[in-house]
Amino acid sequence: MAIECLVLGAGQEVGKSCVVVTINGKRIMFDCGMHMGHLDHNRYPDFSLISKSGDFSNALSCIIITHFHLDHIGALPYFTEVCGYRGPIYMTYPTKALGPLMLEDYRKVMVDRRGEEEQFSSQHIADCMKKVTAVDLKQTIQVDKDLQIRAYYAGHVIGAAMFYAKVGDAAIVYTGDYNMTPDRHLGAAQIDRLPLDLVITESTYATTFRDSKYAKEREFLKAVHNCVAGGGKVLIPTFALGRAQELCMLLDDYWKRMNIKAPIYFSAGLTIQANMYYKMLINWTSQKVKEAYATHNAFDFKNVCNFDRSIINAPGPCVLFATPGMISGGFSLEVFKQWAPYEANLITLPGYCVAGTIGHKLMSAKTPTTIRLDEGTQVDVRCQIHQLSFSPHTDAKGIMDLIKFLSPKNVILVHGEKPKMAVLKERVQSELKIECFFPANNETVRLPSSHSIKALATDEFLKSSLNPNFKFLRPSIVENSSPGAGDMRTPPLQVFDDRIAEAVLLMQKNEYPKAVHQKELEKLLSEQSHSVTFSHCFPVVYNDSRNRTEDSASSNNTKMTSDLDERLLLHQLSALLSDKCNNLTIQACEGKVQVESFTASVCSRDNCPHRTTSTSSYETKVVYFCCNWSASDDEIAWKIILTMKDLSLCIS
Amino acid sequence: MLLLQTCLSEGKGYHFPACHILCVSGFRILFDFPLDLSALTVFSPIPIEPLTKYHEEKCPESFESTQIKRRKIEKSLVADDLIHAEPYFKTIKNLQSWNISFIDIVLISSPMGMLGLPFLTRNKGFTAKIYVTDAAARLGQLMMEDLVAMHKELRLVYGPGQSGGPQWMKWNELEFLPVELKEVILGKDGTDFGGWMPLYSADDVKECLHNVRSLKYGEEVCYNGTLLIKGLSSGLEIGSCNWSITTPKGKIVYLSSSIFTSEICMNFDFLPLQGSDVFLYSDFTITNKGNIEDDIGSSSLVADDSSENDEIGVVVNSLANTAESTEETEKLSFLCSCALDSVKSGGSVLVAIGRIGIMIQLLEQIAVLLESSDLEVPIFVISSVAEELLAVSNIIPEWLSKQRQDRLYSGQPLFAHVELLKRKRVHLFPEIHSCSLLKMWQEPCVIFCPHWSLRIGPAVHFLQRWCGDPNSLLVMEEGVDPNLSLLPFNPMEMKVVQCSFLSGIASTKIKPLMKILQPTCVLFPEKMGKIIGNLNQSSSMIYYSENQTVLVPKPKSVSELNIAVELASLLQCANIGKEDLTVARLKGELSVERGQYHLLMQKEQALSSQKRPLLYFGRVDINLLEEALKKMGVIAAATPEAMDTSPRSENVHMLQVLEPVKALIEVTESETVVSTSDEFLAARISEAVRNILYVV
Ligand SMILES: [Zn+2]
Ligand SMILES: [Zn+2]
Ligand SMILES: [Zn+2]
Repeated sequence: MAIECLVLGAGQEVGKSCVVVTINGKRIMFDCGMHMGHLDHNRYPDFSLISKSGDFSNALSCIIITHFHLDHIGALPYFTEVCGYRGPIYMTYPTKALGPLMLEDYRKVMVDRRGEEEQFSSQHIADCMKKVTAVDLKQTIQVDKDLQIRAYYAGHVIGAAMFYAKVGDAAIVYTGDYNMTPDRHLGAAQIDRLPLDLVITESTYATTFRDSKYAKEREFLKAVHNCVAGGGKVLIPTFALGRAQELCMLLDDYWKRMNIKAPIYFSAGLTIQANMYYKMLINWTSQKVKEAYATHNAFDFKNVCNFDRSIINAPGPCVLFATPGMISGGFSLEVFKQWAPYEANLITLPGYCVAGTIGHKLMSAKTPTTIRLDEGTQVDVRCQIHQLSFSPHTDAKGIMDLIKFLSPKNVILVHGEKPKMAVLKERVQSELKIECFFPANNETVRLPSSHSIKALATDEFLKSSLNPNFKFLRPSIVENSSPGAGDMRTPPLQVFDDRIAEAVLLMQKNEYPKAVHQKELEKLLSEQSHSVTFSHCFPVVYNDSRNRTEDSASSNNTKMTSDLDERLLLHQLSALLSDKCNNLTIQACEGKVQVESFTASVCSRDNCPHRTTSTSSYETKVVYFCCNWSASDDEIAWKIILTMKDLSLCIS
Repeated sequence: MLLLQTCLSEGKGYHFPACHILCVSGFRILFDFPLDLSALTVFSPIPIEPLTKYHEEKCPESFESTQIKRRKIEKSLVADDLIHAEPYFKTIKNLQSWNISFIDIVLISSPMGMLGLPFLTRNKGFTAKIYVTDAAARLGQLMMEDLVAMHKELRLVYGPGQSGGPQWMKWNELEFLPVELKEVILGKDGTDFGGWMPLYSADDVKECLHNVRSLKYGEEVCYNGTLLIKGLSSGLEIGSCNWSITTPKGKIVYLSSSIFTSEICMNFDFLPLQGSDVFLYSDFTITNKGNIEDDIGSSSLVADDSSENDEIGVVVNSLANTAESTEETEKLSFLCSCALDSVKSGGSVLVAIGRIGIMIQLLEQIAVLLESSDLEVPIFVISSVAEELLAVSNIIPEWLSKQRQDRLYSGQPLFAHVELLKRKRVHLFPEIHSCSLLKMWQEPCVIFCPHWSLRIGPAVHFLQRWCGDPNSLLVMEEGVDPNLSLLPFNPMEMKVVQCSFLSGIASTKIKPLMKILQPTCVLFPEKMGKIIGNLNQSSSMIYYSENQTVLVPKPKSVSELNIAVELASLLQCANIGKEDLTVARLKGELSVERGQYHLLMQKEQALSSQKRPLLYFGRVDINLLEEALKKMGVIAAATPEAMDTSPRSENVHMLQVLEPVKALIEVTESETVVSTSDEFLAARISEAVRNILYVV
């Protein structure tokens, strides 16, 4: 029984997330993304590693898509419509609703503006989405007899989910992208604590620690406000979905509060259309947004106007949301070219830009500068640049918190940068003591998986085991024998809740093993139980140094001890034994000293049958101890007896 | 698993679902707690005439008034006979014989099933966990809030309630009530009286919802580690569900009224209901229809001989694709055409339908029809929760039918009412006194009132207005007695269409359904028993009837246990002289999680190979022991009884060992005691005994 994790994408990089995990023979593909930074075959995961013959439908049990970002869903239409995968595909309702919009937008950018040969058509997208089964959060889905999956809220973008998958006793969680702190429109990630063999987590910000989101939001608003107040134009390159809605909520609200009149535009009908979806999917947003749905749907933006191409060069301030997000082409690039040369304008950049995009180049640039586009064109950049420092991804603390909360047996890091991942791996291993890996693309990590044996259990056994365990413990510090002390200290009672269960397992051919309580054995085996015990009664030397008259002492040689003496002797015996055998738990109670099954009590029977050695008369006073034990405590018993025989007790 | 089931109420169809208590693994589960809103018909709606007349009649105990009352009993029922007082609400009276603080779990199967909940949750001793699907919780909340809002209007009329209960509840008053009303108030057997309550408050509703744990579609929730509870779409209404409860000893399914295919809500979910150990069938639809016998004759669906797997698919399809859904569609178009006729002839239409799914569909379809007929007739939805109700319907795609979900994927709102509202074809008002309604008022018009009792809420006002207009139309649901419910509006000139909608499983579909679901034991309503006869060979049947406790034999005497493989590898197997049977001691940490027991390795357990007291079985034959000892060089001899000092009833055998060291072995039926001072001798004797006995 094992788990095998083949990383096809987002291994030591961000982009084309795709991890194929085999759990006890079931194979699940988590995400099927594309890389925005590559234009060649490298943009897709290397699917040939899944199946040489290309029979993907039989090679995989199912595909799970965590959210609608292209680096997680971008290759799906290609995989189903071009590569021919026909098996089940799962994603949340919002992802199924919004995914096609992202894919279509991307397809248009590629084909219409870059003039590239299309990888998949609109029809492909539509056909692909028809094969998708939408799931609700926490809905438990039985993919087949053995494979169970469940989605958990991940924050990040609307509909983003972490997925739990279980086959037999082995279970894993694949996080996708997630956010551990709530933002303006989404809540924080939420998951149950589950026994897990493996967590595969994103690690975009593996080493970053972010402070308050509120301050960062204010910085952004201030930058935009300043620009608009100075008559400048603000370009906000974003993807149509997710960040666009979050920032727009922020601006819409700010505009209202500050009574700003500058228009806000969405570049594509796409985003406006997306708001329609958001309205129906409002249950997937944050608590605050949800609660107001009836009176004011937060995605009814009041200050957003319809966009007209002529505004690009129209005078006066405005704010424009344009796709795609990292200025990798399309409309945001077109507007960028027009607006970048003017100092009054402002361009905001997302917190993360994939290498190779203009956004990425701008991130490290100092204005004024010139940015090289393809084919020798270049743009003078004089405008201000504001990088959004709030992100829908969790920071390093969030990742550590999640791993700590889930406490899996292993962690695999994906969706991050190699050097940062290495740092995080060290932290996971040293601070959390959890095995951690960050394989590169096309590498496989093999792990053992939990496994259990199916059995049946009787009520008697279960009942006995589900009661808390009571244990007597001797005080941890043993006071040295204080012979005068008349009080017998009862050891403190301690209750343990570790539910130690003891059973007898009956195993019969062609039947489930059955765990029963040992009390039930007699009946089940139809055999009488038999106890085997050992006994030994022997004298131990003691002297009574109390001021008693010799007469009474000697005359009472045989009936030698009173109740009080007996208690004193036992107490002393227990103290001395504790001292000499300090690895044993010695208890003294109810007239006997006990170690496991071994008991010793003062014996006053003259002809005790357990006294096998002949009774000779002793010079000193002796006290007989009758000892009993069961065979399993043989060793302890003889050791104690030997010790006892060497003791000399004393009553003072 | 000791399983006790009590049916507290069979209910009365869609608006008043059945109610049960089930005791499972020591937990008490209550299924649904609805209100019988049809009982509101015994009350008079808000009086049209001045109140004086009513007060006069209430003069204390004069001979004359008694005479009037006597007359009431004899003649046929008139509007004045209705109770002129603040309405009380009829709850499940059979729950009163239970201590509600002992209820552990409440499972709500539909929005209607939770209308009585605030009566429970406002009790201090009530601590049960309440599980409701998120969609049902929201709709239920709106229905409760609407009840409270509508009731407020009546409170204004009648003033604060008197202490000591209302006048009509006094026995001498009840005695003089017409028999029709008495039957509603006291029930057929005259025992229902205890279930009547004054309505809960808005705060009670809030408190109730605070205690509700809402579940996502298909979410599994674990109660106390032991019960794994999951709600699965029943197709009856948005958010309504059946329940699957997995315990370590088997699976229990609760089947509420279900519809296999629905235009509006998510279809009936078959798969997770399969293979249960106990199946509580609680769909009383066919008994609610009244004529059970009629139902039996109709066509059979079962395709008897075909291979198992194919058959399931065939049966599922036949259950889903039948005339039923087309029939429902036809009903709706019929209602639409009736509405159109009325409007065309200058009459108004009042739709008093409380079924949310049906109401929404009618709203859509009537609006489309009016628009296509070029009729400028306004449509009003009037309810304190109208706005929220329609808004909610548009944000729960997870609970809607495939057709509706497809609208989401194509970027359209889930329901056409979103567009209709935007285009001002449909208007929403919280109450009839809204200024904007008065401004916009125009007749003829079409009015939707989602409360259907015709006693409280806006519908009453419109009925009072239009009851004399033969061109106007009232659309109402079946299930209420029209004579009684229309009584206050007599003489009724309005046209009335009473329509019954599909609200459960048809009798012909029960057998095929059971064939797919394959339950081991079915709890089935006694009075429906003859309809289905024997289900199939693999299911046993237990019949139940209202207010009777049924004991279900334990499905399994053992629970499932998962033993960690690390533990299994430590097992030391022993033979106990039985063929094929080996025995081993097992020790670990027991936990129960998601309805399953697990035995796990304890921390540090692997390191310590602890010794446990051995278990011996069998008998020690004294001669064999002597023999065995001799082989080891230990000479033992039986000693006479005389050695024994304490007389015992058991057969005691003594063996005395003299060589190499002295020892005494005492053997009885169940015990062997070895007394010796020598460690080595003890070990040898021990070994000899072990060889004779079976050791585990
Ligand atoms: Zn993402
Ligand atoms: Zn990503
Ligand atoms: Zn003794």
